[in-house]
Amino acid sequence: MTKYLAKIGLEMHCEVSETKTKVFSAARNEYSGSPNTNVRPLDMGFPGTLPVVNKEAVRLALMASIILNCKQPKYIYFERKNYYYPDMPKNFQITQETKPIPVGIYGEVTYECDDELKKVRVNNIHLEEDAASLDHFYDTSNIDYNRAGVPLLELVTEPDIHSAKEAVAFLEHMRSVYQYAGISEADSKKGQIRCDVNVSLMDASLDETDPNNWGTRAEIKNINSFGGVRDAINYEIERQTEILENGDEVLQETRRWDEESGTTIRMRSKVDAIDYKYFVEPNIPKYKVTKEWLDEIKASIPELAWNRKQKYINEYGLSSYDAGVLVKEKDISDYFEECVKLGIDVKQAANWVSVNIIGELNKEDILIKDFYLTPEMLKQIIDAVNKGILSSKQAKEVFNKAILEKKEPKNFISKDNAQISDKGELTKIVVEILDNNQEQIVQYKGGRDNIFDYFVGQVMKMTRGKANPVLTKEILHDELDKR
Amino acid sequence: MMKYMNKSIKELHDLLLSGKVTSDELVKESLERSHEIQDKCNAFVTILDDAKGVKVTDNLLSGIPYGVKDNYSTKDILSTGSSNTLKDYVPFFDATAVKKLNDAGAIKVNKTAMDEFGMGGTGTTAHTGVQRNPWDLSRMCAGSSSGSAAAVAAGVYPYALGSDTGDSIRKPAAYCGIVGYKPTYGMISRYGLFAFASSLDHCGVLTRSVLDAAIVVDNMKGIDENDMTSWDSSKIHLADACTGKVDNMKLCYIKEIVDPAKYKNASKELKEHLDNFYKTIEKCRSLGFVVDEVSVDEDLLKALPSVYVVISCAEATSNMSNLTGIVFGPRGKGDNYIDMMKDHRTKGFSPLIKRRFVIGSYVLQKENQERYFKNAQRVRRLLVDRWKEIFKDYDAVILPVGSGPAKHLDGSLDILNKDTAVLEEHLQIGNFGGFPSITIPNGFVSNLPVGVNITGNCYEDEKVLNIAYALESAMDYKGQYVEEVK
Repeated sequence: MTKYLAKIGLEMHCEVSETKTKVFSAARNEYSGSPNTNVRPLDMGFPGTLPVVNKEAVRLALMASIILNCKQPKYIYFERKNYYYPDMPKNFQITQETKPIPVGIYGEVTYECDDELKKVRVNNIHLEEDAASLDHFYDTSNIDYNRAGVPLLELVTEPDIHSAKEAVAFLEHMRSVYQYAGISEADSKKGQIRCDVNVSLMDASLDETDPNNWGTRAEIKNINSFGGVRDAINYEIERQTEILENGDEVLQETRRWDEESGTTIRMRSKVDAIDYKYFVEPNIPKYKVTKEWLDEIKASIPELAWNRKQKYINEYGLSSYDAGVLVKEKDISDYFEECVKLGIDVKQAANWVSVNIIGELNKEDILIKDFYLTPEMLKQIIDAVNKGILSSKQAKEVFNKAILEKKEPKNFISKDNAQISDKGELTKIVVEILDNNQEQIVQYKGGRDNIFDYFVGQVMKMTRGKANPVLTKEILHDELDKR
Repeated sequence: MMKYMNKSIKELHDLLLSGKVTSDELVKESLERSHEIQDKCNAFVTILDDAKGVKVTDNLLSGIPYGVKDNYSTKDILSTGSSNTLKDYVPFFDATAVKKLNDAGAIKVNKTAMDEFGMGGTGTTAHTGVQRNPWDLSRMCAGSSSGSAAAVAAGVYPYALGSDTGDSIRKPAAYCGIVGYKPTYGMISRYGLFAFASSLDHCGVLTRSVLDAAIVVDNMKGIDENDMTSWDSSKIHLADACTGKVDNMKLCYIKEIVDPAKYKNASKELKEHLDNFYKTIEKCRSLGFVVDEVSVDEDLLKALPSVYVVISCAEATSNMSNLTGIVFGPRGKGDNYIDMMKDHRTKGFSPLIKRRFVIGSYVLQKENQERYFKNAQRVRRLLVDRWKEIFKDYDAVILPVGSGPAKHLDGSLDILNKDTAVLEEHLQIGNFGGFPSITIPNGFVSNLPVGVNITGNCYEDEKVLNIAYALESAMDYKGQYVEEVK
């Protein structure tokens, strides 16, 4: 379709949120609204402080490495990346480079994009510490050290991605992996996911497997949302296409994504590249990774989204689309599974979760863990529907009321709610209404069909909405025909 | 007139237990002596005049004063590392080693001056000025634990903490006629010690006897959850190991370092120093040691000083990147954070340190790292391997410290001699390998004390101390101090 093929590589940074403490300090690893509350002396680089590796963070990093089909190292090493920046109080970051090897190298990930399976090679995945966060104001900047030292996984892919759409699909896949594996909440609203993207264009007619045919790449730093990744890639493809069309050369440089203008802005060229002066962190002795430990980690990997989706399709008989909706967020899928475990009919549970509950979460912009209605409460509603106590319309009303008033649905379900489905009882009501509305019967018989709805309305009014609507219509037809 | 502070730890403990002296009296004497020595030697950054005695317990250190090198973090007490970059820094946590001594009931009475952040071997680069040798005020103490060495030698207290990255405990100990001991790497936690070169940094102690060094380190050591390089030494009992029984133990010295024939232009002091060393060797033999001469590839030895410079400067430039004046230390001036940091560091560091930072940065640069930093690490490995090979056959290596007694503060009076580079710097091998290493006084040259060093294999601290203890017992310098500093 076009003469250029985009080659896109990603560096995905994801905070490991599921450890109790930070990666090298004993400060709590917890997202907190109040600045500088989760801080130990190391996080601020006080003299004499030393890093102590959090074994759980290493375990989770190795788990990610195994899931990505990477090769794991025999020994864990850490290295120092030296550079001065106000968000790094030690002015070096403890990280892992490729020599000695980090927690994972040379892996491969399969992900779905538009119902098609795609593959991305992983160059490496490594464990490092996050920096502090900065807030810039007019003439001052504030530093919050809560984030300093939070474990961070950096995943570096080969440039196997060809479009913004694929890039986002890959990132969504990885977010789901981190969530399902219990490694991270992977919540970009909390700044837990950040991406660097590199983009180059090559002649689409040449062999993609030969790196000599690849174009010069530009790297775009610090993109904080998947939408930003999409826009930055599209912008960059357009920018580079224009350069090439004009017969110019794309420069190897580092650029910055500027959300406000929707453009990438040049930061530095390759010749200005920072020399990070890496060397092995001397305060952390190398740590042996035994086969037993790896086996143990492997055995502890939870069921991931892909496996759940297959289960929903093959065992529960859900459509691929519905299954996809349910597994997209782990917490939602967990909620659904809890419903099934409680004995709610799978299809009913799927319907309630994917329509009403997800709709409500989106409307209120909240997470399911902050959602009032538990699976047990949902069961109260669904049971009432199945017993004929609630109509589906009433069920929805009870659902809304329970959420609004934060009271269990059972408070709003009573025998009074029960539908009137007794044919004799309904017939009596219908006859009474028809007897009192002779004029309307004449109009109806004269061809005004909408009078029928008037009669239904009267029945509902009289029964305060409890009449079984299907049955009511049936009886109305019969009784009108008789007259 | 000194009554107590010239005594050993055991003697003081017995006096305290018997009630002949109180802890308060010891602290008072130590503080008075501190002020006296401060005037002569400029040994301290801070004298803790409000220090008080404590209740004496069974712990040998309880109630006894001691000094802390100023690169140990001490809670609520100024800790400068003798640098302007931290001239007002008061930490809010204690170094693990200091905390352990606090728990033992030991009483800090001062913080000792040092070469800025331990980067220097002269005791002349502290932000508070030069430390003078109590034996002769025109001579240097060597460094970097210069203040600690001067104070212990002048009888301010029986011991002071030091740190040792190249020879920073063991050389000033020799120049000041006392004992300097750095245990195996990681035996004492480094948590709270201001980092110079992490892979070489050791905590340790300066005392006037081997037994005192053993007693103090018994109380400082131990695995620490804050230092991953620390290890469990609970089965090691240093003081108990000092028995003096050394029958059939084997020592060796390195021919290429101490052969007088290597030093054709030797000064009188160097000649006497080497003569004195060989006398000590004879003494060892008379004690029942087997002492052999061992040969080591001279090219390997010659690389030693460069290896040290490259590795220590590289690690230092990274370790000290935290000194920006932003989170702590005096805030620099400038319109932005980069200018503020530059101002802080330009004003804060001495020229010597800046020079070392330049070297450190240079050897770590991508294009230089293989040639300098990686090669230095390889040669470090070769040297350590060679020494470990020696330790297969010998219990310890014995060598003289430096090329003579303390050098003059007026450098023009010393004859500079390139030949003695390895003699001056061989103690660094103890840091390369993390080996336990102790210096003890072994005589006098030009009326100034000189020292001999004993270094053994990792984790064999008990053996090394016992060897030193036996040798010390056969010489006349145990417990020596300077009564009257002139």
